[in-house]
Amino acid sequence: MSTTYNLTTPLSDEDVNKLKSGDIVYLSGTIFTARDAAHKRLVDLLDAGKELPFDIKGAIIYFVGPTPPKPGDPIGSAGPTTSYRMDSYSPRLIAEGLKGMIGKGKRNKDVTDACQEHKAVYFGATGGAGALLGKQIVSAEVIAYEELGPEAVRKLEVVDFPVTVVNDTYGADLYKIGRAQYEVK
Amino acid sequence: MREIAYEEIVKNVRDIIVYSASNLPEDALNAMKNAYENEKSPVSKEVLKQLLENADIASSEKRPLCQDTGLAVFFVKIGADVKVVGGLLKDAINEGTEKGYVEGYLRASTCHPFTRANNKDTVGYNLPAIIHLDIVEGDKIDIEYAAKGGGSENVSRARVFPPAAGKEGVIEYVKECISDAGPNPCPPLTVGVGIGGTFEKAVISSKHALFRDIGSKNEDPEMDELEGVILKELNKLGIGTMGMGGTETVLAVHIESNPCHIASLPVSVNVQCHSSRHTHITL
Repeated sequence: MSTTYNLTTPLSDEDVNKLKSGDIVYLSGTIFTARDAAHKRLVDLLDAGKELPFDIKGAIIYFVGPTPPKPGDPIGSAGPTTSYRMDSYSPRLIAEGLKGMIGKGKRNKDVTDACQEHKAVYFGATGGAGALLGKQIVSAEVIAYEELGPEAVRKLEVVDFPVTVVNDTYGADLYKIGRAQYEVK
Repeated sequence: MREIAYEEIVKNVRDIIVYSASNLPEDALNAMKNAYENEKSPVSKEVLKQLLENADIASSEKRPLCQDTGLAVFFVKIGADVKVVGGLLKDAINEGTEKGYVEGYLRASTCHPFTRANNKDTVGYNLPAIIHLDIVEGDKIDIEYAAKGGGSENVSRARVFPPAAGKEGVIEYVKECISDAGPNPCPPLTVGVGIGGTFEKAVISSKHALFRDIGSKNEDPEMDELEGVILKELNKLGIGTMGMGGTETVLAVHIESNPCHIASLPVSVNVQCHSSRHTHITL
């Protein structure tokens, strides 16, 4: 059975431990954006022993490269990008305290293992629903790597941003569970 | 010889790019509504509902359907009796593309393959467009356009089989491609399959197959039947909308086939996400 939660960032271990694959969550508060290029830079900073451009403890990273805002809007369309491209970087960030990731598509075992070990969850947002999801973002500010354009790190304020728990802290995977129910062998 | 002004091409290309970014074409919208009606999984049904709502918001508020506003892909047929005045056809399409992406507040998604630097400061905003050009009879210019996103492109593949692989080999190959892709390419999908030709001919045919209206019949009865067989197989995979599990994974399979070398059976699978933004104009 799927449960619906309203959560506000930053997330605690207690917040993420109650979530199960298939649960629906409405997120509010601050979340940060990063795609491939920004992830590489964040991990490079950690390798160099330097500080990240935002506090990673309890944070949520949204894998998104939005369209430019129209005049008067905080942001354009902003749906998730495919997450596997961040698989080689996410475990490192999870070990540093990252509690949630929002994207679409499968994650590898390194990521789901890290989610179990360090208590983090992977949320799916609806790919291709960029117009709808963009409307749940009330403010956006570039805080690092402006030269990366759509791939810059942005600080977003979101209200009731709709996501579904794909990978929980117990090793369950919604994609596997869902598909097994409808696959005709 | 009929003359068409360079500026007219620029304007038309700009307009279809801006319009397509926020308006799902009728064939794609109808296919999504059908999927919503037919879907057995309540979770996938809920996500389909969200996507239909997204299409409403995008169209009424003129917002891009998806933040991935794609690379601009064109199949252009120029009549032998048309002359473009004031510049080159290719330049006009590129200029219209840049205008469309800039003026429509669409995303700059083109970059250098290794440095990943965004090209907008060097060669232009989302340029160059991907243009496939053909010369035909007549005095018109026919432009088919699609915005091609990265998520579905990333799961596409091509292979040259030995002839013995036959129809069964093709069916298995397409099935393996869509199964491996799972949730990643944003199902429910349109699957373009290029069969025959040479290696590159198969790939280009699989791309062009995605431009056909969803729900239209293949003119070749043998390929039309094969499309039905593959569609049925793919919907047994159970992937569902955005991989949530379900009965509606693929909206349509479109095949384009060509004669090929006696030694080869080239096959290419090009995947399109549920946001099948494509259109067609004639000048």
